[in-house]
Amino acid sequence: MDLIIILQAGVASGTVLLFATIGEIFAERSGVMNLGVEGMMLLGAMSAFSVAVSTGNPWLGLLVAMLAAGLLSQIHAFITITLQADQVVSGLALTFLGTGISLVLGEGLSKAGAISLLPNFSIPLLTKIPLIGPIFFTNQSIMVYIGYLFVPLSWYYINRTRPGMHLRAVGEHPAAADTLGINVYGTRYFYVFVGGVLAGLAGATISLAISPGWFSELTTAGQGWIAVGLVIFAQWDPVRAMFGSYAFGALRRLILDIQGPLTLFGFSNPFYYNPYWGFFLQMLPYAFTIIVLVIGSREAVRKRLGAPAALGLPYIRGERGL
Amino acid sequence: MQKFFKQEWMSRLIDVMLPIFATLAALGVGAVMLILLNVNPFEAYGAMLEGAFGSANSIAETLVKATPLLLVGLGICISFRGSVINIGGEGQMIVGALLATQMGLVFTDLPGWFVIVLAMLMGFIGGAIWGGIPGYLKAYFGVNEILSTVMMNAIAVQLMNFLLRGPMIDPSQAQLDSKIPQTARLLEAFRLPRWMPTRLHLGFLLAVILAFLVYILLWRTTLGYRIRAVGKNPDAARYAGINVKRQVVLALLLSGAFAGLAGAIQVYGVNYRMITDGSASGFTGSAGFNGIVAALFGQLHPIGTIPASILFGALLVGANKMQRVVQVPSALVIALNGLVVVFVVSSDYWRRKRQRRRLAQASMDEGDDSSQPESPGQTSQTEVGS
Repeated sequence: MDLIIILQAGVASGTVLLFATIGEIFAERSGVMNLGVEGMMLLGAMSAFSVAVSTGNPWLGLLVAMLAAGLLSQIHAFITITLQADQVVSGLALTFLGTGISLVLGEGLSKAGAISLLPNFSIPLLTKIPLIGPIFFTNQSIMVYIGYLFVPLSWYYINRTRPGMHLRAVGEHPAAADTLGINVYGTRYFYVFVGGVLAGLAGATISLAISPGWFSELTTAGQGWIAVGLVIFAQWDPVRAMFGSYAFGALRRLILDIQGPLTLFGFSNPFYYNPYWGFFLQMLPYAFTIIVLVIGSREAVRKRLGAPAALGLPYIRGERGL
Repeated sequence: MQKFFKQEWMSRLIDVMLPIFATLAALGVGAVMLILLNVNPFEAYGAMLEGAFGSANSIAETLVKATPLLLVGLGICISFRGSVINIGGEGQMIVGALLATQMGLVFTDLPGWFVIVLAMLMGFIGGAIWGGIPGYLKAYFGVNEILSTVMMNAIAVQLMNFLLRGPMIDPSQAQLDSKIPQTARLLEAFRLPRWMPTRLHLGFLLAVILAFLVYILLWRTTLGYRIRAVGKNPDAARYAGINVKRQVVLALLLSGAFAGLAGAIQVYGVNYRMITDGSASGFTGSAGFNGIVAALFGQLHPIGTIPASILFGALLVGANKMQRVVQVPSALVIALNGLVVVFVVSSDYWRRKRQRRRLAQASMDEGDDSSQPESPGQTSQTEVGS
């Protein structure tokens, strides 16, 4: 129960949520909600691990994971953008499909032995900073560092660049974007693909770096759904997504660690003596997601923030409405 | 005029056939997956058909599997008609089943029929609570119900794991070292009657009767009218004096109640005890999700959901047989399921397209150009059925 270790591990496991959440932010900013994050993450985790096992190259695994999940996302893109079908149902179907394919192709994979993983390292000098150094810059996976760079880059991309402006326009008012010559369908296809690629990256981050291996559905254990929840808490903003992701990562780690010691704050640890009480702890991330959603939704109402206006609505050229 | 009616009838038929074509298309893609796994798809699907309908016993198994799908699907009809998405069927089934099982474990000296009725009622209430919470949060805090119901599923699973390892554990298991997380078996008197020698139980009949009651509820009562009005257009409903928030809560609450009943019936009709492997699907068999598919397949109509859930029950039972005969991973069923939904939801495109054309045709015939077709953005949201 060392706080530094919990936070350090929290940042590491929060990186998984970070990639998935920002990926979903990209997709939703373009107006397409993809509830299939869990399925795409699982496919990413499975293909990354299996490629790393068979080729011995984790980087190749990472690449394949991103491509596989990106391709899966295109099924959702086709159904919701071209066929204009219900995004919720299609997203659910994608979760089934991704989960099913991953479990079929991943059968027997859990018995694979040790493989070479993505590297961990410390950043010289920065580790010396008190508190920040040991938590953020000591012996972290390279994916964690990529995550640090990724947050400001995606914020800048969405809010300060021309393609980012097009992205937001398509999500807020596709008809207006269309009259300005922006390709609404193409843009949506592209950002659904980006969302899929990042979900795959998140999955690969689990199986090749943060908690290596393939444990069928338990590899992701519902993190894809938590990521979709974090998007709302984050108000579709990558920087807020970062705080949410790391906080959730730390919570997950705390839940594991709190069941270890014999005593807790001087009292005998109830979670150690009654192991089945631990199930209450395991509810916490989900209960917190609901609380976070309550807070996020209230704030959205108060500040008049909210979802991209066209989120969930198919765009049909020449029809009335958004 | 006669010609017009004939066309109407034909296009209705095509609407009904579309999901069936979609299923065939999904099975076609599934065949490609089977070939990739080095399995002869004809052999595999033959085994599937035989497993689902080959004998009286397999038909009974199909109906047993269809029962929870139908009950969850009925709840889905209510909530989706009210434009509220309920993905919490898994959790609602679990909580309903936990409450119902507890009745059978506590009141061992009461008459059988009384305990069964009480248990069904508690299953209904348990599911209603688990569905009502997300409903309340959506109505009064604006919390997205899709996410909150998913989270409630995860919470229910841990609640089940806790209760079955702790307070509700079978006393005889509690003394053993293995400590299998399960409750004691229900007394014989508390079990739903079965059509011997199969496992088909009274719950299926109950579910079919409830399907007709849900139809009456949705189309012949004020409550159903209000729920549908809110689902079609919440602003118009509010101007008409309907308490929109209350209908949202009620839609999710009722939806959860039917899932909770499905859980109770699963225990009292099939398993006779609760046992957990740590996951939700270990108890529900993913009926909480598959019921959504069945309801969409039945075009969100309670009566249509009856054949739809039998079809899906057949798919599940048949897939088990297929897995045994041709040795494919069991998870293939999950993928097949996903494919079916993908194709069913895609096929809706053609239904809406034809509907639009029909409306345009009708307004042209009447020479009335003011009646525009409904904005498809709104119709497609949850309004899959007509």
